[in-house]
Amino acid sequence: MSRSRPILLVILGTLVAFAVMFGSAPAAHADDAGLDDNPFRVSGNVQYNGDPLEDVKLTVEGGGYKVDVETDAEGKWRVGVPEKAEYEVTLDESTLPDGVAVVEGSNVQKVTVGAGGRVTTNFFIGKGERNVTPFFDQLVQRLVSGLNFGLMLGLAAVGLSLVFGTTGLSNFAHAEMVTFGALIAWFLGASLGLPIYVAIILAIVFSALFGLVMDVGLWRPLRRKGLGTVQLMIVSIGLSLALRYIFQFFIGGGTLQLPGSNSPEIKLFGAVSLTVIDIVSMGISIVVIAAFAVWLLFTRIGKATRAISDNPSLAAASGINVDRVVRIVWIMAAGLAGLAGVLYAYYRPGLKWDMGAQILLLVFAAVTLGGLGTAFGALVGALVVGILVEISSLWIPADLKYVGALVVLILILLFRPQGILGRRERIG
Amino acid sequence: MDFAQILSNSVAFIIAPATIAYALAAIGLSVQFGYAGLLNMGIAAYMAIGAYGYAISTLTFGLPWWGGVLVGIVGSVIFSLILGIPTLRLRGDYLAIVTIAAAEVLRLLFLTATFDEITGSADGLSGYHESFRGANPFPEGTYGFGPFTMSANGAWVTTFGVILVAVSLLVVWALMRSPWGRVLKGIREDEDAVRALGKNVFSFKLQALVLGGVFGALGGVVYALPSSVNPGSYVTSLTFFVYTALLLGGAATVFGPVLGSVLFWVLQTFLGNVLPGLASSGILPISSSQASTLRFILVGVALMLIVIFRPQGILGNKKELTFVK
Repeated sequence: MSRSRPILLVILGTLVAFAVMFGSAPAAHADDAGLDDNPFRVSGNVQYNGDPLEDVKLTVEGGGYKVDVETDAEGKWRVGVPEKAEYEVTLDESTLPDGVAVVEGSNVQKVTVGAGGRVTTNFFIGKGERNVTPFFDQLVQRLVSGLNFGLMLGLAAVGLSLVFGTTGLSNFAHAEMVTFGALIAWFLGASLGLPIYVAIILAIVFSALFGLVMDVGLWRPLRRKGLGTVQLMIVSIGLSLALRYIFQFFIGGGTLQLPGSNSPEIKLFGAVSLTVIDIVSMGISIVVIAAFAVWLLFTRIGKATRAISDNPSLAAASGINVDRVVRIVWIMAAGLAGLAGVLYAYYRPGLKWDMGAQILLLVFAAVTLGGLGTAFGALVGALVVGILVEISSLWIPADLKYVGALVVLILILLFRPQGILGRRERIG
Repeated sequence: MDFAQILSNSVAFIIAPATIAYALAAIGLSVQFGYAGLLNMGIAAYMAIGAYGYAISTLTFGLPWWGGVLVGIVGSVIFSLILGIPTLRLRGDYLAIVTIAAAEVLRLLFLTATFDEITGSADGLSGYHESFRGANPFPEGTYGFGPFTMSANGAWVTTFGVILVAVSLLVVWALMRSPWGRVLKGIREDEDAVRALGKNVFSFKLQALVLGGVFGALGGVVYALPSSVNPGSYVTSLTFFVYTALLLGGAATVFGPVLGSVLFWVLQTFLGNVLPGLASSGILPISSSQASTLRFILVGVALMLIVIFRPQGILGNKKELTFVK
């Protein structure tokens, strides 16, 4: 995961003074190696968070000479070496306690015994898995959190896709519908102190209502007025700006935490672990998406929705009440976006006034990747984008991880504008 | 609350560098969106290319200031070609999504710590003024009058910017009354009809994208000239603000972008001073940071109202179909 783990400690002094004091008589409490035979010294101590680490194995090697040493009860080690030369000090990470690793630089360091005849070396020890986690474990960890992220994006993307399919609107304010859900959950759960499950359910209800209000109050009148798609899109940009700053007006520019955001981690295997919230979040996403799929495939309204996405005029001519279906689509889309917002607030973690805007382009990428206007395509696209974002950060710097997804968005639009599951006639 | 001072601050923004930068960017957008109907949602990226192109070539490569401006222009042309050649065949809102995504990619590349030595990552770039200020024809002293009083450096930036705006307006005015401009407007109204007349629609669109991009990059240069380049400026909100200014003045007009930018900045400054003032003197029952957020809410609402009720803008002609259906 990319959440910053504070590098807790770092240490290691060494004590030239210590070496001097005990240089003549081998110290009883140090596992000294070759001190009697050799005139020069390499030494250090290994601590984590101020506590000495005992029995950590180190190897000092160079010029055909090799010596092993373990740290003592005070975390100290030192060895004697025969020449003033360069030596390689290797810290055996498997002898460090679990969850602790050399976090800065590598566990192999080069030291040179200089004119003083003594040298000390420091290893930066901290909480982390950088050098001990096998690549496979990292990959699995990223895959799982990518899946989690992708499912969450999927909740937002199917709504955006449905709205686009039925009304032709590229709704930039969808981002604010995502933020809205998180905001209401925070307001009810953290400010009013309702149980978080109640707060989340109410947040979804309020989000759905918000969708209804937007359709009745804004989008339906504008459709009646006959605004073009580009005009509607720019209106949604204006709405997005206004809503975003309204959120900032109420909650300020900082990050707020939903209740229970630091849940315990569950170890799965190796270095792979998930929090309880991750698991619950994935479960909720899967159930909701499955229910949504059933709705879209088998209910009358679902079928009508797909009919309108295919051809609005034909659908209207065959007796489907387009306005009513579009209203229901807005309610559903807003409810799903609100849920996505709550889950995203736990995933980030924390909610912020512009959190929706941060993932809006990823949601667009998901929708386009799957094929604009196809709900299931949006879902597939969301999973691909979510996993791509997480996996790509194995190789590219974390602050560039969205770039991969956006480049994919651009490439898809260039080479296959109908997306993975879309049909060619939709690209207009 | 000193009302005279606030008015003076606001009026000063008529020729502030930020206003000039917005005006240049909006002129670029008027060519791309207003006349050619290309929904370029990446104008912030063009401004970033201008600003970073200028700053990087001055700082890293030691070019003189005019070299930096040229690099910014060339950079914007290359960006237009990369963006335009594949995307201009796409439908309007697809183009919007591609350009906004490309702008974000570019911003993230300027922001990342990976290229810190060149781009300054989150800190941005500063201290590239020597060459430009060395070329300042104004001797030391203060210039202007009343709200428009400025230092020699300020006067030089403003003069340079106003000249750029004037030249840009002249170019746009001349082009749009030429046959070339009529073809462009024809493409906006009905692409197929123009194609039926034997015009190469794609080529015209690309030319419009490149030309508008150059103005956008010049806007970025002027944005960077007074102080520093900050990656936090070139976010999608900047694109939306420039659109607001453009649509306010009138997208398919010569003077609309300038009028819109001036109104946008004067009103922004006025509200940015008045609202916190009202809040701190207890007239508005909100905190002063809430009060300064209020003006951005108003920008969003204004953008919606303009597009719904007066899509042609203040100077526009209702008969001209500004928005592609």
